[in-house]
This record gives sequence, structure tokens and C-alpha cells, in this order.
Amino acid sequence: MATEHAGNVQQALTPSGYIEHHLAFNAQSLGEGAFWTLHVDTFVMSVALGLIVMGLVWLVARKATSGVPTKGQAFVELVFGFIDDQVKNIFHGNRHAFIAPTALTVFLWVLVLNSMDFLPVDWVAGIVAFFGGHHATWRAVPTSDINTTFALALAVWLLMLFFSIKVKGLFGWIHELFAAPFGTPKLFVPKSVMGFIGLIASPLLFLANFAFNLIEYISKPLSHALRLFGNMYAGEVIFLLLGMWAASGVAWILPSAILGAGWSIFHILIVALQAFIFMMLTVVYLAMAHESH
Amino acid sequence: MEALALIQAYTGIGIGLIIGLGAAGACIGIGIMCASFLEGAARQPEMIPALQGKVFLLLGLIDASFIIGVGLAMMFAFANPLLSVVAQ
Repeated sequence: MATEHAGNVQQALTPSGYIEHHLAFNAQSLGEGAFWTLHVDTFVMSVALGLIVMGLVWLVARKATSGVPTKGQAFVELVFGFIDDQVKNIFHGNRHAFIAPTALTVFLWVLVLNSMDFLPVDWVAGIVAFFGGHHATWRAVPTSDINTTFALALAVWLLMLFFSIKVKGLFGWIHELFAAPFGTPKLFVPKSVMGFIGLIASPLLFLANFAFNLIEYISKPLSHALRLFGNMYAGEVIFLLLGMWAASGVAWILPSAILGAGWSIFHILIVALQAFIFMMLTVVYLAMAHESH
Repeated sequence: MEALALIQAYTGIGIGLIIGLGAAGACIGIGIMCASFLEGAARQPEMIPALQGKVFLLLGLIDASFIIGVGLAMMFAFANPLLSVVAQ
């Protein structure tokens, strides 16, 4: 990842130089160290696209009628109903309070962020070079930046903790950390110890339960973030490889154009599917936080 | 120079293993799932709409670890972080 953080990558006209140029972020340093680096391209693209798509939905929702709907309203209702159905199957509570709106937001936002993959990579580089000079870099797909996907996944993770504590109470949640999923085996206690014959919950499995829960809490955001990032990053790299292939000789322009078209068509599926999966996992995680064992 | 060649050679083998084994695993998994889906659809055609959504969801879930592997392999192919030891 070291090369990704470098603002200006060396502009050698080699295959790796081409790919590194396209995979370099427009990074601005805000303070000391690598931590305070802002990826301007990721930030600007994701905020702008989020505002655009939410604004469009808001504009349609503001003029919504119960009479004959316009085409825009019909489309938004279609998306809305689709998401609502998915949430209904997973979460059995008052889904309209929080989870269904969150799912709609996450789905639409990730979908438009992923869709930036359809912009031809060299057009983006060309536009940026036109405005910012030869050394300027710009990554158009925010979800192929691991920071974006981790930000989304960690936000979901925090919501998970919030709902766990809200639904079960702080002590209920801590109890579940230690008592689920293996339970607490009941131990037979002889009369000489307790003064009466009985069964008590033993702390034997506390550690195993806690370790299991810990692994679950760590692996959830990891797989959630890396799944989206890996798909988008690999997709982008394959577009770059095809572009590079086209540039390597006149004879390769046509075959790589055909393959590029094929990959674009397949990528439409991946883009929508990954947005859908990211949304579904968000809903599943939040629904799991609501359930008590 | 020798270290550079060694790192590149081993990285090359690693990239091949990551993509090859990942692809094999993902393909076997998707094959099993799709076979079961077709079987279920043939037995009960009325279940197709209900199963189709789940098939697509699982397709993405099964594919994901392979794609993550491809992404990591691509990183090693074009911006190998291990080479920074030699570059200095």
C-alpha cells in the first residue's frame, strides 16, 4: 500500500507505471504522518455522489402523489419496495424506524459509488490531466479505496454495538458476550458446598464464549469491508490491464476492446450484486444485534 | 540484484497460487450451489423466484473471497510492497 499513499508516482512509461498512475490517490497531507492523509478524490466523489442520489430520491419523494405516478416516482417506488421486501424477510420488528431507511441509503449510495467503475479509466485520467497537469492523479471509484469500505463497515459495526446495547441493555449485552453461543453448562453442586443440593451456571465456558464472540465481532467488519473493496479493486485492475494491452500494439486494440466490453457487461452484474450484498449484510448484522439468545 | 530476482520469482509463484487455488475453490462452491438450485427448481418450479434472490446473494458471498484474493494478488503484481526492502 506504500505506493498508493505517495502523491506523485513516478511517471515512467512502463506497464507498472501506467497502472501505478491510475491506482494513485489524490492524497493531501493534513498533518504529521501517514494517518492525516486525505484522499481528496475519494472524499469528493463519495460526498458528491451521495448528495446527488439522495437529492434525486428526495426530489421525487417530495412530489409523490397517490394518484397516477410519474415515471420517476414509479422507479423510486420499485427500488423502495424491493429493499423493503428484503428487509421484511430478515428483520422481524419495526423495520421502518431505522433499518429499512438505512438499507435504502446504503444500497443506493454504494450502487452509485460502484457505478463509477463504468467510466472509462483513461477518460478520467485524461480529464484530470487536462485540468491538473500531467502529474495529477484521480481515482474515480471511491469503493475501490479501502478507506471508504472500512468507513462504511465500521459505521455498521458501531450501529451493531449500539443496537445490541439498546435492545438488551448494557448488562444483557455483556452477559451475552460471555454466555452465548455455547451457553453455561449447569453444574451439580453437592450439599456440603452450598448448603443445598442444586445446579449452578458454571463459568467453565465463559472464556470460550468470549473468544468466539470476539472473533465474530472482528471478522464481521473485516469481511464486510474487504468483500466490497476486493471486488471493486480487482475490477478496476482488470480494466487497467485491458487498457494496457490495447496500448501495447496496434494488433491488440480490437481484441482488448472486445474483452473490455465483455468485462464491462459482466461488471454491471458485479456492481449491482456487491451493492446488494453490502446492503443485505448490513441488514443481517443489524437484525442479529436485535436478537437475544 | 539477486534478492530482487528472488522476491519477484517467489511473488510470481505466490500470485499464481492465490488466483489458481482461489478460482478452483470458488468454482467448486458455485458449481455445487448452482447444481442444487437447478435441482430444487426442477422439483419445485414455484420456488424459483424465492430461490433466485438467495442464489445471487450466495454467488456474491462465495465469489468474494476469491475476488479479494485476486485483488491482493494484483497488488502484489503491480505494487509489490515486499520489493520496498530492496528499493532502498
